[in-house]
Amino acid sequence: MRAVLLAKDQMSVLLEALLQDHEVFAPVNDDGVIAFRQVNSSQQVLLDYHNSTLPPKGLFFPQTEALFVYSLERGQLALEEPQPASRAQVLFGVRPCDARSFTFLDGVFAGANQCDGCYLARRENCTVVGLSCTMPKATCFCTSVGGGPLSATGSDVLVTDLGTDYLVEVVTDKGALLMESVGGCRKADEDSVRRRREAQASAEAAFRGAIRTEGMERRLQEMWDDPFWDRLHEKCIGCGVCTYLCPTCHCFDIVDEGSEQRGRRLKLWDSCMFPLFTQHASGHNPRPTGKERWRQRLMHKFRYWAESHGEAGCVGCGRCVVNCPVNLDIRQVLNEIESLSKRVQ
Amino acid sequence: MMIAKGPYVPVPMRIEKVTVETEDRSIKTFDLSFIHKEDERAFRYLPGQFAQLSVFGKGEAPFGIASSPTRAGLLQFTISRAGLLTSALHQMEHGDLVGIRGPLGSSFPLQEMEGRDLLVIGGGFAFTTLRSLINYVLERDNRSRFGKLTVVYGARTPGMLLYKGELEQWRQRDDPKLHVTVDAANGDWKGRVGVVPDVVGDVAAAADDAYAVVCGPPAMTRYTLLVLERLHFPPERVVLSLEMKMKCGIGMCGRCNIGSSYVCREGPAFTLAELRRLPPEY
Repeated sequence: MRAVLLAKDQMSVLLEALLQDHEVFAPVNDDGVIAFRQVNSSQQVLLDYHNSTLPPKGLFFPQTEALFVYSLERGQLALEEPQPASRAQVLFGVRPCDARSFTFLDGVFAGANQCDGCYLARRENCTVVGLSCTMPKATCFCTSVGGGPLSATGSDVLVTDLGTDYLVEVVTDKGALLMESVGGCRKADEDSVRRRREAQASAEAAFRGAIRTEGMERRLQEMWDDPFWDRLHEKCIGCGVCTYLCPTCHCFDIVDEGSEQRGRRLKLWDSCMFPLFTQHASGHNPRPTGKERWRQRLMHKFRYWAESHGEAGCVGCGRCVVNCPVNLDIRQVLNEIESLSKRVQ
Repeated sequence: MMIAKGPYVPVPMRIEKVTVETEDRSIKTFDLSFIHKEDERAFRYLPGQFAQLSVFGKGEAPFGIASSPTRAGLLQFTISRAGLLTSALHQMEHGDLVGIRGPLGSSFPLQEMEGRDLLVIGGGFAFTTLRSLINYVLERDNRSRFGKLTVVYGARTPGMLLYKGELEQWRQRDDPKLHVTVDAANGDWKGRVGVVPDVVGDVAAAADDAYAVVCGPPAMTRYTLLVLERLHFPPERVVLSLEMKMKCGIGMCGRCNIGSSYVCREGPAFTLAELRRLPPEY
């Protein structure tokens, strides 16, 4: 892996260089909400942040997206698909948990058998620059679910704050191509390798209360009828914030907006926590109460995803923990399942 | 018009004919033809598969394909008026345009069914994809590939039976062995009266090498499965077709899963053996 050092005050130079040839999306403080937005100056970019309120998945899987525009006139149907972005994009300053989530979304939208061309085009058009976590939050648990604060998974380039400098590591060919155009860096030395190791050790030490997710898939396979589910959902108000803010949640709705003659077909984020999500036109609902919906959300992340993709579908960003209005904490839930299965054995 | 490429973009089809199937007018069959020859060539399906039907301005919904692929150029859907989209569709007539996306999902396991007797069991308007299967098997070029074909089909009343003309044709040619039943007779009904599981118990032979294909309302399915078990049908040779709310139809939108299987992708046709390995959430 090629690695260079960039003096801290040179970061704005790097960003300005990227802005020359790319649309750059980076974390900004938008009236108290930290979100990824398109920036036109390095001044707007916020790099000393824990994590964004909204995950950056919307750049590839927009909250609302027109699949096509239709018009039906004089017996003629015309369907027009949207044009992909023409300029190359850079997603800058993504935390490793969120960068890893892109590889999960790829498994859904750009799988071997079925592929969403618009999603793939957006992924291919964008270079992801990750930003290592040197100060994880109390709600972070990436290390419990296979990630890490300095993990490069899902990033094309990974930037790590080493105090006086940034260590800039090229992860993929796409990342190498991006860094070709950037000057002002010096080659990373032995000392920077040591400092990276130290940064990783101190970041990993900052995680509190590891959760045991090992074997969770098997435990959940045996828990379908467990009375545990009867109580778990009781304080959930079904607001869906846990799914909207989740970087790996990929469920969506498809609806028409317009008249019989002209309009658009939209793809919109949806949530398994809503009763109408699975309700048939007949009124029958295979997941009629919060019990089935909570079981689905947890089983999907920690059992079904593991069965289909070989790893749990959670990156441990902690957004669902931070933002749940009734303090339902997925870490506690997983720990309860863990202790429950111990009791049974 | 541009050539559409995305997985969500339907192809246009014209409504050629609308047939009211039932006396309460709640179920209609729509005959559709492709506007573009290349779309027709690309749409290669087998009995049991479904498609997403678009009514522009209302959206899209999944329906089992009721026609047999042996009838080139024609797609049929038999649709009950239930919600927003189907109510709008029921207002449409000859010449109107709709969109189609598909074919989607798995077909009935035709290869495995070859060389065996078939027991096809349907109730209510879930008979649509079974009708596709029956017509597929009866097609001259296909008939010798399958054994004896027995059909048990039930509706609440004689007026709620679908495909009445075709049922009469099948009865006259005596292939399939057809057993039509109604829960309650009225008017001049001279056929059987009784629920589907009882009729299956009366007319079906022991399983031997046969395959059973069952589509119907939950209560019918539940009791029919008990009868099939008594007749020693192993779960590997009992095929069911599931319904689920769907949006994308290609395993992405996340709502039709049963465990880690998506009904739109791994289904809608499952063997009972496959279903028993999944959580009971459907």
